[in-house]
Amino acid sequence: MSVRRLAPDDVQPKAFAFTAENVAWANQQIAKYPEGRQASAVILLLWKAQEQAGGWLPQKAIELVAEMLGMPRIRVLEVATFYTMFNLAPVGKYYVQLCGTTPCVLRGAEDLKTVCQKRIGEQGHVTADGNFSWLEVECLGACVNAPMVQINYDFYEDLTPESLNKVLDEMAAGRVPPPGPQNGRQLSAPLGGLTSLNSPGLYDSRPSNAGAALSDADAKKPGAAANVTESPIPKPPVADASDPRQK
Amino acid sequence: MLDDKDRIFKNLYGIHDWGLKGARARGSWDGTKEILERGRDGIINEMKASGLRGRGGAGFPTGLKWSFMPKESKDGRPSYLVVNADESEPGTCKDREIMRNDPHLLIEGCLIAGFAMGAHAGYIYIRGEFIRERERLQAAIDQCYEANLLGKNNIHGYPFDLYVHHGAGAYICGEETALLESLEGKKGMPRLKPPFPANVGLYGCPTTVNTVESIAVAPDILRRGAGWFASIGRPNNVGTKLFCVSGHVERPCNVEEAMGITFRDLVETHCGGIRGGWDNLLAVIPGGSSVPLLPADLCNDLFMDFDTLRNLKTGLGTAAVIVMDQSTDIVRAIARISYFYKHESCGQCTPCREGTGWMWRVLSRMAEGRAQKREIGMLLEVTTQVEGHTICALGDAAAWPIQGLIRHFRPEIERRIDAYASNPHSDPVPVAAE
Repeated sequence: MSVRRLAPDDVQPKAFAFTAENVAWANQQIAKYPEGRQASAVILLLWKAQEQAGGWLPQKAIELVAEMLGMPRIRVLEVATFYTMFNLAPVGKYYVQLCGTTPCVLRGAEDLKTVCQKRIGEQGHVTADGNFSWLEVECLGACVNAPMVQINYDFYEDLTPESLNKVLDEMAAGRVPPPGPQNGRQLSAPLGGLTSLNSPGLYDSRPSNAGAALSDADAKKPGAAANVTESPIPKPPVADASDPRQK
Repeated sequence: MLDDKDRIFKNLYGIHDWGLKGARARGSWDGTKEILERGRDGIINEMKASGLRGRGGAGFPTGLKWSFMPKESKDGRPSYLVVNADESEPGTCKDREIMRNDPHLLIEGCLIAGFAMGAHAGYIYIRGEFIRERERLQAAIDQCYEANLLGKNNIHGYPFDLYVHHGAGAYICGEETALLESLEGKKGMPRLKPPFPANVGLYGCPTTVNTVESIAVAPDILRRGAGWFASIGRPNNVGTKLFCVSGHVERPCNVEEAMGITFRDLVETHCGGIRGGWDNLLAVIPGGSSVPLLPADLCNDLFMDFDTLRNLKTGLGTAAVIVMDQSTDIVRAIARISYFYKHESCGQCTPCREGTGWMWRVLSRMAEGRAQKREIGMLLEVTTQVEGHTICALGDAAAWPIQGLIRHFRPEIERRIDAYASNPHSDPVPVAAE
C-alpha cells in the first residue's frame, strides 16, 4: 500500500469541465455497461479527465466525475487514490515511469535511475521548464525487453543509459523518438534473428489448421507434427458473407 | 523443439499483419460457425479432453471451469465472460504480445468461450499501462463488428458483444474477484469466496474469468482437435505455452514452446544460453515473481511444467522465467520483489498489509547483513503466518519468494550477517515502523 493524497489547494485549479468532445466520448463509454451500472466507467472517465488536465487529476475533476456517474464523491476519491496511475499532483509534459522491479533491475534499471536523477532530479520533481518528471514504478509488463521506461503513452525498451539519454534529448528538443526497443530488435523476438516461426512456407498458403475441423481422437507421439497424416479436406465455404473468399 | 506448424501464435513477434485480413490468412475466424454448431456441451467436452490447464498461474482445467456456469438462467440474471488482461506479474509479458500482434485469436476465443458458457456479453479488462495495446485491441474488435463477426446479429447466429475495459495501475486487479470489483467501479479489493464468480460474479451475475492466453488458444484447439493439443507436452501438462524468458540470458525473448520443455533447452535454443555460460547460473524464478526460486543445481534437467515444478515446491505460474547469474545479489533481488508486494497490497487484510512491509524491511536489512541469525527463523515463521491467512493469494505470493530464498540460500544470508558483524559499525539510529 502507498499513502496517496491530493495535491495542496494552491495548485488545485478552481474549476474543471470536460470539453464537449470528451462529454460525448464519456457517454459512449457509459453505454458499454448495463443500465444502472454506470459506475463501471469511473476509471475510464477519470483517465480521460487526467488526460484533459495535462497528466494529473485535480480535485474538481474527481468531483465532476462523481456527479456525472451519480456516485458519492468519496467513492470516486477512493478510486482515484487507490489506483497508482492517477497522478494526484502535476507531472512533466514528458512523464517518465521507470520500471524498477527485479527483472528490470537484473538488466540494469539502476543505471537508468541514475540518468533520471541526474537529468531530472528527485522523483516527482517537475523540471523548471515543465518538460520532465519521473517516478520509479512497479513492473510494467515488458520484462523480456528490460530495462524499460514508459514515457506518456509509449514504452521505450531495451535501454542503456546512453539510449535513454538520447530519447530524453530528443524529447527536450520537442521531437518524439520512435517507441519500442531501442536496440533495433523486433518487439519481443530474440535479438539477432528468429529461433522460431521461421520455417519456410509457414505463411505462404492458408495454414493447414484453417481447413476442416480435425477430429482425430488419437493422441500422437509427442513431437510428431500433428498435421502430417491428415490433409484437411477442403470444405464448401461457410455461409460467411464477409468472407473475402466468396467475393 | 516444437514444430512451427504446431505453434498457435504465428504472429507473436508482430512481423505480419495483425488485422482481420492477416489473421484470416493465418487461420483465424475459419469455421467458427461450425465450431458453435457443436453446441455448448460439445465445446466444453472438447476443451476438457484437450487437457488445457488455465494459463493464468493456478493451472485449473479450463474446460471444467467453463462447465461451472449455469446451463440456463432461472432468475433472469445474464451470464458474463470476463477476460483477465491485467498482466502485471513481474517477469510476465506474453498477453501483451497476443493483444497487440494476434488480437483476433483472443476475440474469436471470446466469442467461443462466451457461447460455451451462455454469455452474451464479454469484458476484456486490460491493465492501464498497456495503452497502445488497448488501442490495437479495440481496433481489432471494431474490425470484427464491421465484418459482422460480433454483435447482435452476427453471421455466427449467436448474439455477442465484446467490450474493452481498463484499469489504472493495480497489480491486485489481476486477482479475479478484485478485477470484478474494479470492473464495477470500486477499489480493487478481493472478495471472500464462496460465493464463487460462477454463481455471483460481475454485477451479482454468473461470471467466468479467464486469462488472455487460455481464451486465445481455444479456437485453435477446437479447430485442430483436442487430440492434437493433448499430444504435445507431458502427461497432465499438455499443449503449447508462451514462455517469457527475462534476466541474465544472452537474448531474452518470448517464445511459444511445448509444455514440459526442459529449462536448458528453452534457454539454449531460444535465448542464446545463460550469460557467461551454463555454469554461471545462480538461480531461476520459473513462474513469475510469486513463485519460490530454484538454485542452479536443480535446473540441470528441469521440465518446465505444472507438476514437475510443484513437486520442487515452486510453480509454473505464468511461465515467466527470470534467470539470475552469479553476479546477482540474490538477497537484494528477492528484497526488491518483497517491496513490490508491499507496494501492491490492497490493504484489506491485516497479515498482508502489515506483513508485506515488515518482511521487506527485515529482508532489506538482511541484504546488507545488518541482522541477527535468529531473525532468519523469525522471518520464515512470519511468512507462514501471512500465507493462507488472507482473502486472496497476494499474501501467499509475498511469502513464497522469501520462503524459497531461505530454503535455498540460507548460508548466503548467514555469510552476510557474519561479514557485517566482523566489521566495526556504529549502531544505526532506530527508525519507527512506517
